[in-house]
Amino acid sequence: MLTLLDMKPILEIQNIGKKYRIQHLAGGYLSLRERMANALKFERNTAEDFWALKAVSFEVQPGESIGIIGRNGAGKSTLLKILSKITPPTSGKIVSRGRIASLLEVGTGFHPELTGRENIFFNGSLLGMKRIEISAKFDEIVDFSGVEKFLDTPLKHYSSGMQLRLAFAVAAFLEPEILIIDEVLAVGDAEFQKKCMNKMGEVVREGRTIIFVSHNLSAVKNLCGKAILIENGTIRSEGQASSVLDDYVSSNLEATENSIDLSQIKRNNFEGALRFGAIKFAKSVLQFGENIVFSLVLFAELNLLLSDINIAIAINDSNGACLIHASNEFVNIRLGFHGDQMSYIVNITNNLRPGRYSITLFLRAKGIIQDWLTDVVAFTIEDGNPYGYSNTNMIQGLTLPEFSIIAT
Amino acid sequence: MHEPAEYTIEPSEGRVLDWGELWRYRELFYFFTWRDIKIKYKQATLGFLWAILQPLFMMVIFTLFFGKALNIPSQNLPYPIYVFSGLLIWNLFSTGLTNASNSMVNNASIIKKIYFPRLIIPVSSILVALFDFLMAFILFVPILLFYQQSVSLSALVLWPVALIIAIVATLGLGSWLAALNVKYRDFRYVIPFLIQVLFFLSPVIYPISLLKYPILQYILACSPMLAAVELFRYPLTGIFPDGYFLGISLLSGVVLLAIGVLYFKRAEDFFADFA
Repeated sequence: MLTLLDMKPILEIQNIGKKYRIQHLAGGYLSLRERMANALKFERNTAEDFWALKAVSFEVQPGESIGIIGRNGAGKSTLLKILSKITPPTSGKIVSRGRIASLLEVGTGFHPELTGRENIFFNGSLLGMKRIEISAKFDEIVDFSGVEKFLDTPLKHYSSGMQLRLAFAVAAFLEPEILIIDEVLAVGDAEFQKKCMNKMGEVVREGRTIIFVSHNLSAVKNLCGKAILIENGTIRSEGQASSVLDDYVSSNLEATENSIDLSQIKRNNFEGALRFGAIKFAKSVLQFGENIVFSLVLFAELNLLLSDINIAIAINDSNGACLIHASNEFVNIRLGFHGDQMSYIVNITNNLRPGRYSITLFLRAKGIIQDWLTDVVAFTIEDGNPYGYSNTNMIQGLTLPEFSIIAT
Repeated sequence: MHEPAEYTIEPSEGRVLDWGELWRYRELFYFFTWRDIKIKYKQATLGFLWAILQPLFMMVIFTLFFGKALNIPSQNLPYPIYVFSGLLIWNLFSTGLTNASNSMVNNASIIKKIYFPRLIIPVSSILVALFDFLMAFILFVPILLFYQQSVSLSALVLWPVALIIAIVATLGLGSWLAALNVKYRDFRYVIPFLIQVLFFLSPVIYPISLLKYPILQYILACSPMLAAVELFRYPLTGIFPDGYFLGISLLSGVVLLAIGVLYFKRAEDFFADFA
């Protein structure tokens, strides 16, 4: 009989590294002319090397569900791509002892001209299902998606919600030994997300091995027993999901009354001309009920004149739940930016329960995301006792508003 | 797709073709081809008829201008048969090459999200062209009957052989261009031009003997399509192509296949990053 000790890990990630050459390409891809021009100039290649991942090693045991967390640009997506064989590692080795299926998005290969039925077959086949497998599960897939009436209608006539449901339905019936999931849950309405989470919970309980990459800390906490925190391409911490999540939150910059430089934080995904430059708090530690007040400095490399920018702030707790979401757009305040630097004051009333919170900053202008710093600064709300009740552990609420309960 | 029980993912230095893997993924060849054929003809009212109409129109035009007006010799065949037999196999090459060259770029969104042996994409796009070939071939039969053209029994062997040569040539050049196109989008503009040039360098609308200088004939023989076209026509003309030319042409087909597929395999690593 196999004991736990005899069992080999289903996935061994050994010293994985991935190097990218960063060339400053105009169109995102090389043109032959540039290549030839460079060759003629006898210049050494000016491209710089960038290690998206360095010496990443971990093991996954059969039946484990592991969450991989980290900020934008930490290397999560690169790891995911390597595990899914989409791009090879530059160094290191991965040994896999099971069939891997990866869901980097739902509905890959969906084509608007094909009918729902045809798309199920094509997408299922791409995901690694055999034709007989798809035929056998076809009715269940259709049932789960709830689009049976439109099976023979071209996909282009589907609403986006229907397309998403159909896509998820196909993915839900995958039966690999190892399932790798990217933040596919980040799309769709709340009801759909709930359905996805339930299905994933089911998969976890079935004892399937899952690697789940997400920003959504509460989803990771719910689904995964273990977590890995990736920072700057290396593993910062690994272990029990709850302790890794705590580490993630405490790895943030700490709120201070001095200005905190945000300009040096590495961003990979967003190449906006306008960035968050600094954040400065009015008070570094808040008492319960005190307004959250801080100033934000935006900077641009070149002078800009923008009449309409959108600054959004999310305040998350250490489980990743978003408790406050503020944006000038929500309250119809028009903000502009001119010159190369401007500051803005943010003032938020709060009745959050005492604890640790992190701030996510989001900046959009001219219709594109200029900057996005996830969980960038953490702050503390000191133990206050608004209700005067002695056993504060009994109080479950995430916010502690004033209330009254009276007999009528 | 049942992977072997244990496998590794490693840096891919000197990776060669993994036949076992291609076999495991064999259903995807079918699905990609099936999808492309469906999409291609879905919105066309005449549907599959286009695969027949296109070579038919081309045959009529070439017959009027080259056969009648310029009186180009056609190896003792009625000129329409001469040109249609050439176009039949040529179109397999030109359509297949165009499809294959653009196939990786067109499927970029899939390549970035899911792994499968990438070679499936250009191969399937060539299989779509093979489908068109089969449709056009159906028209070839009544044309042969109309002109009461006799066909030697060697067709049973030589037609499939010519078909294989054409597919080898298409795959070699096609997979090469597909990979280059991902990295340098310039090739998008080169491909139609290249096909046009190769068309006039192949004995599709005129016999190679028309050229007076042997050096030109040798240059033409470098096209892998020479062997395909000449062998395809042999059961009709009874004129066997010059052994040297045939040899050169076959060799160039094989060399192209090797270069194309090897370059494609080497380029596989950056597809997800560049596509």
